[in-house]
Amino acid sequence: MSAAGKSPHAYRYIGAKRRTKEDPRFVSGRGRYVADIALPSMKHVALVASPHASARIVSINIKPALALPGVLYVLTGEEFCAATDSLGIGVDAPKVTRWALAKGVVRYAGEWVAAVVADSRALAEDAAELVEVEYEPLPHVIDPEQALDAKAPLVHPAHGSNVIFHRKFVWGPVEEAFAKAEHKLAFRATWGRSATVPIETFGVAAQWDAGQGILDVWASIQMPKYPDQLAKALRLPGNAVRVHYDVDVGGSYGVKRGLKHTVLVSYLAKKLGVPVRLIEDRLENMRGGDMQGPDRFFDMQVAFDGDGTIRAWKIRAVDDVGAYAGRAPLQLGKPVTAICGPYQIPAVEYEPTSVMTHKTPQEAVRGFGQAPTNFAMERTIDRVARHLGMDRIELRRKNLIRKDQFPYLIPSGSSYDSGDYHAVLDKALAAIDYPALVRTRDAARKAGRLAGIGISTCLEPSGGNSAFEVLFNPKNETTTWMDSCLVRVDLSGAITGVMNTSSSGQGHESLVSTVIGEILERDPAGIRVVRADSLTALPSNSPVGSRMAVMLGGAAAGAAKKIRETLVAIAAHNFECATEDLEYKDGNVSLKGAPDKKFSWDQLVEIAHRKFHKMPPDIEPGLQAKFVWEVPTGGGLPTPDGRVQIYPCYSFEAHVVYVDIDPDTGKPSLNNYVCGHDCGTMINPDIVHGMTYGGIAHGIGAALYEKFAYTEDGQLASGTFMDYLIPSAMEVPALAIVDHCTPSPLTTFGQKGSGEAGYLGAPAAIANAVNDALEPLGASIDILPMSHLAIWTAINSMQKKVT
Amino acid sequence: MSEPLHAISVEVNGKRREASVPARLSLVDWLREELRLTGTHVGCEHGICGACSVMLDGEPVRSCLMYAVQANGHRITTVEGLAQPDGSMSALQDAFCETHGLQCGYCTPGMLVASQALLDSNPHPTEEQIRDAIGGNLCRCTGYQQIVEAVQLAAQRMEKK
Repeated sequence: MSAAGKSPHAYRYIGAKRRTKEDPRFVSGRGRYVADIALPSMKHVALVASPHASARIVSINIKPALALPGVLYVLTGEEFCAATDSLGIGVDAPKVTRWALAKGVVRYAGEWVAAVVADSRALAEDAAELVEVEYEPLPHVIDPEQALDAKAPLVHPAHGSNVIFHRKFVWGPVEEAFAKAEHKLAFRATWGRSATVPIETFGVAAQWDAGQGILDVWASIQMPKYPDQLAKALRLPGNAVRVHYDVDVGGSYGVKRGLKHTVLVSYLAKKLGVPVRLIEDRLENMRGGDMQGPDRFFDMQVAFDGDGTIRAWKIRAVDDVGAYAGRAPLQLGKPVTAICGPYQIPAVEYEPTSVMTHKTPQEAVRGFGQAPTNFAMERTIDRVARHLGMDRIELRRKNLIRKDQFPYLIPSGSSYDSGDYHAVLDKALAAIDYPALVRTRDAARKAGRLAGIGISTCLEPSGGNSAFEVLFNPKNETTTWMDSCLVRVDLSGAITGVMNTSSSGQGHESLVSTVIGEILERDPAGIRVVRADSLTALPSNSPVGSRMAVMLGGAAAGAAKKIRETLVAIAAHNFECATEDLEYKDGNVSLKGAPDKKFSWDQLVEIAHRKFHKMPPDIEPGLQAKFVWEVPTGGGLPTPDGRVQIYPCYSFEAHVVYVDIDPDTGKPSLNNYVCGHDCGTMINPDIVHGMTYGGIAHGIGAALYEKFAYTEDGQLASGTFMDYLIPSAMEVPALAIVDHCTPSPLTTFGQKGSGEAGYLGAPAAIANAVNDALEPLGASIDILPMSHLAIWTAINSMQKKVT
Repeated sequence: MSEPLHAISVEVNGKRREASVPARLSLVDWLREELRLTGTHVGCEHGICGACSVMLDGEPVRSCLMYAVQANGHRITTVEGLAQPDGSMSALQDAFCETHGLQCGYCTPGMLVASQALLDSNPHPTEEQIRDAIGGNLCRCTGYQQIVEAVQLAAQRMEKK
């Protein structure tokens, strides 16, 4: 079904400036978020959280809380863990069990110990303060390297180790390359624990319909297989859970995965026979909401020659998933699909280790582990350039995969679909006027200031496949990650597209209507897009892994094409001619060469809905079509040495940024920012640009400001927005994007994904800029976030050495 | 619950609202839960993110940091009150749609309130002044770029009128 290669200008609606379908309801205050849903007699939950990083629960006294008027129930882990099943885990570690409420022991500060249900949230909070919990503190471990030590306290003694996943992959002749290379380098790059931290916290409301035996759920969710996992934990059949996807989600970027919250609230709603909701407050969200991101260090080794040719690299990645694990260890798996970055590196060793500590559990964050990996790879490239005294851009140009090499098979088994990395890099450098930028930097340095230019060239794997699940857990044989769309044309001739998941700002209603309009040649403005609930939905794997333009776009196109074929078939039957003799235009079907001989859209729709006697014999009446699409290139299992095609499409971004650092305070200012971006055909440029700008802002936060910091005794020290620093419009500079289009040969319109754009290259570019600024001092930093203090310390330590 | 109640009278989006509220009820909870004006959002509940911004007598304030009783006798404008009298979008709301100055929409009501307050007092703001005006409102989707563009566009269009 590929129309790839077609110039974007050949489309009627795709690629054009179009207002989104979603924006009008949001600017008028008419969004419908989970906290806006008011169910009759709804009760509210507040949580009692552990103050200890590791402790035995000696006793819980709920009586004072229950005695408060307006309090309905207090639930503890004893009852809850007996009545529900443990949440699933992405790797093979069945003894690392996990429930929303702790039982017996707590494993991180902030872990939920009891849930109070009351008439209002305020009353529930009052009562939560009256729950008396006695703890016996136990030894804890916060640092991932210490957690690897055989003598470290075990987070889950039943598992027997703090390591929840480890494997060493060797793809290609790595040792040979290292033996032959003229130069080698080794260093450690550290990515600090941060997350995307949406402005809306997670929330969920649930209601048990005892008459039908159905649990209704409304949640701010972005999660694959959420209803299935919920039903499983509740020990209900899948068809007893109905998740309503028509809830607007106030940002997610990966993290809105409140499965534990949902099991808890659903259990309470069913048990108490009243609707129950839990809307996290900000502290619950930051500390116990389980949405913190990768917390990872990389021991990088690289082998290269004097001319800059990179022969191989070895990546040892240790990732701290915190006290429990769902899909978090798999965030070490996705980067396998782009483990040599955009470079021609013939041999790669990759040794991922996922380790548990007494910290808040890690959850999926935009890029699913790719942004930290890109950061480590791009620091490596800059360090190689510095080592050789070679220009960083020339080094990149030398090693970047060339346009004529696609499709390009990388050592770990994925094939990159298409790209023109050199062209995108050149466009970005031209847009920022690189020679002038260098002059500005050098003049600033002469004037005694610290100034630097950062460059990064990074990949965004897209189209969201999950083959890393199989790679990291041989017991899991998931080889499809399909998505679907249903297109209906009603008797009035109006078109409705039905999608099967929730959205958190990605503009999927605009995507679906644009694609359907393109195929059917009908104005997208008149096409409605609705969301099925999980009982009426076709299969979907939710908007993760930069996949919806590819997967939902592909599914919508597939369904619309079926409608179009049906309309042509109806016309052919009534003209008594072959379909090849007909022409489809604007929804009308005419005889080729005789435009007057036609059936109009309305006539064809009427036949389909009312006039069965005019229908071709092999076509169903009514006018609707579904399309379920498997991920292009998906379906394969890994080889024994761990080679597998994971993601199908590869977007590319080249960042160039200028930083000016105040030597007295260490404060960096980003003054000039350009991102060259190629995600193939853009369905809606405003949406793509918006997500890219936002991704860059996230990247600025991860690089310079945001960190879930822990004290030595395991307390989260940045649980509010006063200490977890989200960049504002004052920290994020004016951003410029330069587009390039290399269509994907694998997708319907040549589109690739873009939901993680910006974020995948910005931290690397900013880290490289700060290091460029520090280079004259001989200083460098490879730890994110590069806080003002860290930069100031680096400056001062070198200046002291000089004096 | 036997919390003592306090009578308040507040003009909300041009309409006089009388109510009896407990002293500890925040203004945002009153707007959202009692008046069902759910356009105003709760983000951090400690005054940093700005999602709950409303206008109090024309000035942007954090409705999560105010009690409903403190609004007694004042005039409140929420995002629902920004539309034109006939219900159509204001120039600013329309500009946000034109530049796609939002994605998930969660911070948007606060952004609109902050930038409308700016335009009310300064019809020709510089980019720096726009960034300053929305500097107390956090957005995780847009990187602020298309928001700044929306405010600039609205200012241009309002000037032409």
